[in-house]
Amino acid sequence: MRFETPQTIEAAVALLAAEQGARVLAGGTDLLVRLRAGQIAPSTIVDIKRITGIAEITAEDGGWRIGAGVSCAAMGEHAGLRADYPGVVEGAELIGSTQVQGRCTMVGNLCNAGPAGDSVPAMVAAGATVRIAGPAGTRDMAVLDIPQGPGKNALAAGEFVTSVFLPARAPRSADAYLRFIPRTEMDIAVVGCAVNVILEEDGTVACAGVSLGAVAPKVLLVAEAAEALIGTKCDDAALAACAAAATAAATPIDDKRGTVAFRKDVAGVLARRAARLAYTRALGDPS
Amino acid sequence: MAKDEFQSRAFKVVGTRVPRPDGLDKVTGRARYGADMSAPGMLIGLCLRSPHAHARIVSIDTSQAEAMTGVKAVVTRADFTVTPEDQGTRDILDNVMAGEKALYDGHTVAAVAATSRSVALAALKAIKVEYEVLPHVIDVDEAMKPGAPVLHEGRQQESVPEGYSQNVLARSQYGHGDVAAGFAKADLVIERSFTTAATHQGYIEPHACLATMGNDGQGDLWCCTQGHYMVRNTCSAILGMDAGRLKVTASEIGGGFGGKTTVFLEPVALMLSKKTGKPVKMTMAREEVLRASGPTSSTSIDIKIGITKDGKITAAQGDFRYQSGAFYAMNGALGAMCGFAPYDLENVETVGWEVVTNRPKAAAYRAPGAPMAAFAVESVMDELAKELGLDPIELRLMNAADEGTKSAYGPTYPAIGLKATLEAAKAHPHWSAPLGPNQGRGMGCGFWFNFGGDTCVSLMINPDGTVSLSEGNPDIGGSRASMSMMAAEELGIPYEQVRTVIADTATLGQNEVTDGSRVTFAVGLATIKAARHAIEIMKARAAQVWGIAPEAVEWVDGAAQPAGPNAGKFPPMTLKEIAATASNTGGPIAGHFEVNAEGAGVSFGTHIADTEVDPETGAVKVLRYTVFQDAGKAVHPDYVEGQLQGGAVQGIGWALNEEYIYGEDGTLQNAGYLDYRIPVASDLPMIDPVILEIPNPGHPYGVRGVGETGIVPPLATLANAVSRAAGVRMTSLPMSPPKLLAAIKAR
Repeated sequence: MRFETPQTIEAAVALLAAEQGARVLAGGTDLLVRLRAGQIAPSTIVDIKRITGIAEITAEDGGWRIGAGVSCAAMGEHAGLRADYPGVVEGAELIGSTQVQGRCTMVGNLCNAGPAGDSVPAMVAAGATVRIAGPAGTRDMAVLDIPQGPGKNALAAGEFVTSVFLPARAPRSADAYLRFIPRTEMDIAVVGCAVNVILEEDGTVACAGVSLGAVAPKVLLVAEAAEALIGTKCDDAALAACAAAATAAATPIDDKRGTVAFRKDVAGVLARRAARLAYTRALGDPS
Repeated sequence: MAKDEFQSRAFKVVGTRVPRPDGLDKVTGRARYGADMSAPGMLIGLCLRSPHAHARIVSIDTSQAEAMTGVKAVVTRADFTVTPEDQGTRDILDNVMAGEKALYDGHTVAAVAATSRSVALAALKAIKVEYEVLPHVIDVDEAMKPGAPVLHEGRQQESVPEGYSQNVLARSQYGHGDVAAGFAKADLVIERSFTTAATHQGYIEPHACLATMGNDGQGDLWCCTQGHYMVRNTCSAILGMDAGRLKVTASEIGGGFGGKTTVFLEPVALMLSKKTGKPVKMTMAREEVLRASGPTSSTSIDIKIGITKDGKITAAQGDFRYQSGAFYAMNGALGAMCGFAPYDLENVETVGWEVVTNRPKAAAYRAPGAPMAAFAVESVMDELAKELGLDPIELRLMNAADEGTKSAYGPTYPAIGLKATLEAAKAHPHWSAPLGPNQGRGMGCGFWFNFGGDTCVSLMINPDGTVSLSEGNPDIGGSRASMSMMAAEELGIPYEQVRTVIADTATLGQNEVTDGSRVTFAVGLATIKAARHAIEIMKARAAQVWGIAPEAVEWVDGAAQPAGPNAGKFPPMTLKEIAATASNTGGPIAGHFEVNAEGAGVSFGTHIADTEVDPETGAVKVLRYTVFQDAGKAVHPDYVEGQLQGGAVQGIGWALNEEYIYGEDGTLQNAGYLDYRIPVASDLPMIDPVILEIPNPGHPYGVRGVGETGIVPPLATLANAVSRAAGVRMTSLPMSPPKLLAAIKAR
């Protein structure tokens, strides 16, 4: 097994394109665990952390560009990102333990394409995109389109994600992410839900995104749940309709982490609670 | 001898919180655990494990693996040519290396020793095993039915009536009085059925060992265990060698809780070493620990209790069906003995069942069998209290066992502490603190026997007056500290003057495993007796120097002195002074004591918990938790509090989220700590321990074992708290959120 530390995106692409068995290492919190468990045996590990600028958060067109090497802990310490996208940051900060936080990345979480990735629903609800580098140059893609099913992503051979872009924030907008786990930390989402809202001056929801994790083979963007909020002030009836839409959209499985009925119920509960939290934040309450 | 028994005294060292002797090593990483030992030329051993729950092993072809560079040996059951004499040891052999059949997912079918881990891993893949997959059974009630897939033929004991599967290995019955007559006198009878899932002890340190077998037939084994004498005796029987030719040294231990009272890797590592002539190190991965070490039983239990309207129990009945994995264990019997042990009952009848299933062989887990029984009994007690409008503690006090009570399992109790724990719980501010919405308070009682057993201690008086104490039990709960303390107390010297070590099997006589909460009691007893033995010798030396009779000398505050004015007028001769001149007064001084210790006092505990239930998700938060337990005498209160807290925490995990989850194919679905959910620190409140001291009449200082009782009440305590918070009776553990939410929605 080879271990490579390219300094440029082009060099990394060349390494990844040269060998089918090459794997990207950013934080390594997933790759190393799988490696040790004997689940994967990469021919080459391409550590992208030495690429110039890959671990930076930069302002761009009023929004934020987050490099693929940015740790989730670094996101939590970025005041501007926190202020604009509290939901994206709280999702990213739920992954693993304090020690894992210092290494793990949102892009790694996305590209592993686990249905329960905690950082993914808030990116989807916010309409985030990723930038992809590959042998044919760079292209942008919606975060929603990256996961294709458990463990499968939309990247072609030799491609890797170099950054995430969160669009410019409108006034009176906010997001929130909630997940259900049987414990209080160090666990994997049984259900995750992110809600992103943009309000009119009078507090009416103008625009919304509702995204569910862990209740389908890949992350869901639930248009019906968002529509239930749009044009309302997130009153109880709107929240109930949002919850019902989330429950209806969820197509989970029975497994060791939860039952179909439980996950559908809790998807609704979390949608209601996350919508209320995002709405409260958008009104200016920082809680 | 009257001196054996408890005598009230003013303690100087016992009862204080001295620094623990293993603290520095453990926090600096210097302590050597099972996997921390290496030897020159050492090979790495790995096990090949069955992927099937139940399969006949048609053939094993090891030729390809054996031909690989770096592979030094492959062993299968064919290499174990000795058949151990007793059935228990034969079961252990069948468990550590499958014979004709693989009996559970993870059952070892072969093992390799190679020059590196990567070669060993490749060799495992090169071993070809042909399996004939057989139907399997996981659930205890299913396994009891005639027609269930049978694991073993011809192992059923005569105690089992007709009409059951051969998987039912044994039935036992306890009780007294006439339950039918008792139920007839009751104003209220409640009968309920309960289930609990199998759980694992969750010790942090995986099993590990380093085995060396020489061509001269002598062996050395370093391993992580709760009892290295047991390891020696078991391994030598399996390998067909004299026990005296195998020296076993216990490593530092990263938790056991009963799970390390048997062997898994050790006989295999010894066989690999025997075959290769080189040291072989084996270490389990976490996945192997969960799949193939010894979790506890899952259970199915029926409880029926009759009571008068003023709260007196008239009759109690219980049926305790325990599956013990692929081999016999007596957990159902222990459940049947412990469930009603806290109560003074005129009419009681319990039946325990031992049932085999296609799961790993159950090992002990802290008061084995008792927590599930207490869960079932105490849940019905809580429901009775609610129905009758009685305070749950008051109901227990009205029926509590006391000195002179004939216990539900037979013996009559001497002085016991149950009522003291109940009174303390009732008076504690926790019991009357206000509760908020969706919150509920539960309580429960628990009992454990505690054991004594074979014990040897040697106590050496060194020339400089320091004392070296050797015990033969791995230190799991602080025994090096507590033995040093008891020796210092008895000798009348400072704690710092004594150092206790864990001796290997060639250094002391037979010692029972560190189990049954026996060590502080039994090894403590032997330590005190060994100190008294040394004192007798030192008194004789002083008498010799003074030219008076040894009977005219007494031992006070670490020194010999004339017993009275008639004995002569000499200044006291300290231990240090006697030690310094020992060479001239007859030679080195040492005390020792060997005993099969009896008189371990039973122990009771009462727990209170507050929980909050999220009615929309079934999530449970434990808000507050208080433990009341009788310790007899707490030798080192820090360690005792740790035991009470640890038992409560493990019980909380068992009650809320821990469970072995099997797929349709009988394979374990959650062999890792992500999905086998032991509580993390943020899941728990500070567990508040309250130690009560009702002296054990059978120990010189009144000590009772404290290690196990703490896990007995929490399952019931949590179930009662959650049931009250959720407004629905929870009869199945774990009360995981999907299960609890379904119950709330169905209420």
